[in-house]
Amino acid sequence: MADKIVTANRLDDGLVVYLNGASGGGSWSERIEDARIAGDDAAADGLLAEAEGPGQEIRVVGPYLIEIALEGAEPRPVSYREAIRAKGPTVRLDLGKQADFA
Amino acid sequence: MYRYDEFDHTLVQERVAQFRGQVARRLSGELSEEEFKPLRLMNGLYLQLHAYMLRVAIPYGTFSARQMRTLADIARRYDKGYGHFTTRQNIQYNWPRLDRVPDLLDELAGVEMHALQTSGNCIRNVTADHYAGVAAEEIEDPRIYAELIRQWSSLHPEFSFLPRKFKIAVTGSPHDRAAVKVHDIGLQMCRDEDGAPGFAVLVGGGLGRSPFVAKKIREFLPKRHLLSYLEAILRVYNQLGRRDNKYKARIKILVHELGAEAFTELVEAEWAELKDGTVELPAGEVARIQSYFAPPPYEAFSGATLEIQNREFEVRRFEDRGFANWLRSNVAAHKAPGYAIANISLKPEGGVPGDITAEQMDLVAELAERFGFGEIRASHQQNLLMPDVKRADLYALWQALGRHGLASPNIGLVADIIACPGLDYCTLANARAIPVAQAISERFADPARQHAIGELGIKISGCINACGHHHVGQIGILGVDKKGVEFYQITLGGAADENAALGKIIGPAFGYDQVVDAVETIVDTYLEIRVDDEAFNQTLTRVGFAPFKEKLYAAH
Repeated sequence: MADKIVTANRLDDGLVVYLNGASGGGSWSERIEDARIAGDDAAADGLLAEAEGPGQEIRVVGPYLIEIALEGAEPRPVSYREAIRAKGPTVRLDLGKQADFA
Repeated sequence: MYRYDEFDHTLVQERVAQFRGQVARRLSGELSEEEFKPLRLMNGLYLQLHAYMLRVAIPYGTFSARQMRTLADIARRYDKGYGHFTTRQNIQYNWPRLDRVPDLLDELAGVEMHALQTSGNCIRNVTADHYAGVAAEEIEDPRIYAELIRQWSSLHPEFSFLPRKFKIAVTGSPHDRAAVKVHDIGLQMCRDEDGAPGFAVLVGGGLGRSPFVAKKIREFLPKRHLLSYLEAILRVYNQLGRRDNKYKARIKILVHELGAEAFTELVEAEWAELKDGTVELPAGEVARIQSYFAPPPYEAFSGATLEIQNREFEVRRFEDRGFANWLRSNVAAHKAPGYAIANISLKPEGGVPGDITAEQMDLVAELAERFGFGEIRASHQQNLLMPDVKRADLYALWQALGRHGLASPNIGLVADIIACPGLDYCTLANARAIPVAQAISERFADPARQHAIGELGIKISGCINACGHHHVGQIGILGVDKKGVEFYQITLGGAADENAALGKIIGPAFGYDQVVDAVETIVDTYLEIRVDDEAFNQTLTRVGFAPFKEKLYAAH
């Protein structure tokens, strides 16, 4: 199985976030580099359950799993849709995470 | 221009207050996302790839300099300094925070604007010919009727939960600039045998997954019956439209499956019950609304003055090729002597179609006040225009626009590309649309080349939902995902005007890096084989697809 992480949009501002933190922490980061990685199905199910767990609905909208590949130690989305979500519009490099975390 | 009455003000303000409460309850957890989503959509608020997106209605594309300034202010204070004009005469903001949207809506309400019914399964923002009221060949200003439809359809209790979204377009001119034949209902003004104006009624047009050109179900509808007839159509649809499958829920599917004749019979039977009832247009109300769309106080130029102006104008045109190019493509004839319609292209070379910065919005507002009675229009081609400019002011207007990147001389030409936001912003998209449009506009950047090619509409959608209207582009481009890679399917021969037609796929799709070359090959082939000033679709009709296919796929 490909490695997976959980992503969602943050409720109050809508920005793309990734589930991070120590196991069970259930916190979110705007940076994909901070995402917690699941290496097998059971771990992926666990991540998603945590993202959908108590209290999460007032923090994020629509969490789901995405496939990633590791570039060194850093996760990179496999699909170009998720790659665009992780960076920002390809036509406005001054906007989105590609600008915020440049 | 229409001004809100007390009912409009109250309705919009109450909805803002209601949504403020809904947002607060969502943020506190009192409402789940499942409960909240339909509420935010009814207020035009989507959740897209990167953030929330708010779609603000510009009814029939008409708005004022004051409203444009507020749109600019919102872009600066609630978003990231820009807005995006859409293919439905709306403007979208791509980055508003949910917790600030109620304040944003309050600011819109302050200038008589809102985001109601810009989403959801209801009657959406009514669109109209962007030359309404100023086109020389117009029968009547269609905005009067578009406004009546807006009022009738706003929060209409019976039609707020239709099987699917519902789009109505109105044109008052025989030349259709409002794409009425690809709307759920298209209203085309015409005259009866006695010369009285009314509407031809077209139903069941639409693009998306299953594209159809609308069927004419009534040759002539007297104006006073407009709302009762619309109500009859909506009732038949509301009752019989499918709710079990969202891909088959639009009225176009119902019309197609029943057949236009059977559908018409149902509508006429329903109408027989409604006709001459409470929704017939009251003459007083029509007159009241009509007064808002009275022409501005045009200056009555004498023949001698017009002659002098014309001479000066021709000198400018002769001396300045850039001005001449802009006049040729961006300026249209006006019904009043000495005036012109000035189109403002939002398609600069390499730009994002429909995008405009807050500073540019402010400039357009200022120029509209200086040169155009303070009125601005948005077209469904993602451009703006000033409908009432003195011909004598065109040169100064062109210079001012040019200083701010708003004078691209390309309206209706190959670089005037319609493109949906595509995968750069949209959750539904399968592929990017904007960078393809940018690359094509760069490839055809030379204005002389564009003018030599002549009118040619390229339309690009990033998915089958067809917000970029690719089906009706003379050259249509549809982005698809093939095993995780962006590909682009090309269709030829579409049209969105009175000769509406759906393009046909020319062959296998092209990769992202090939699609611009493919478009150029199509254009070059057209130039090689066209006869005289034959338009693209005329050439295509005469020669068929073979010469284009041969050039495109010869190497394969």
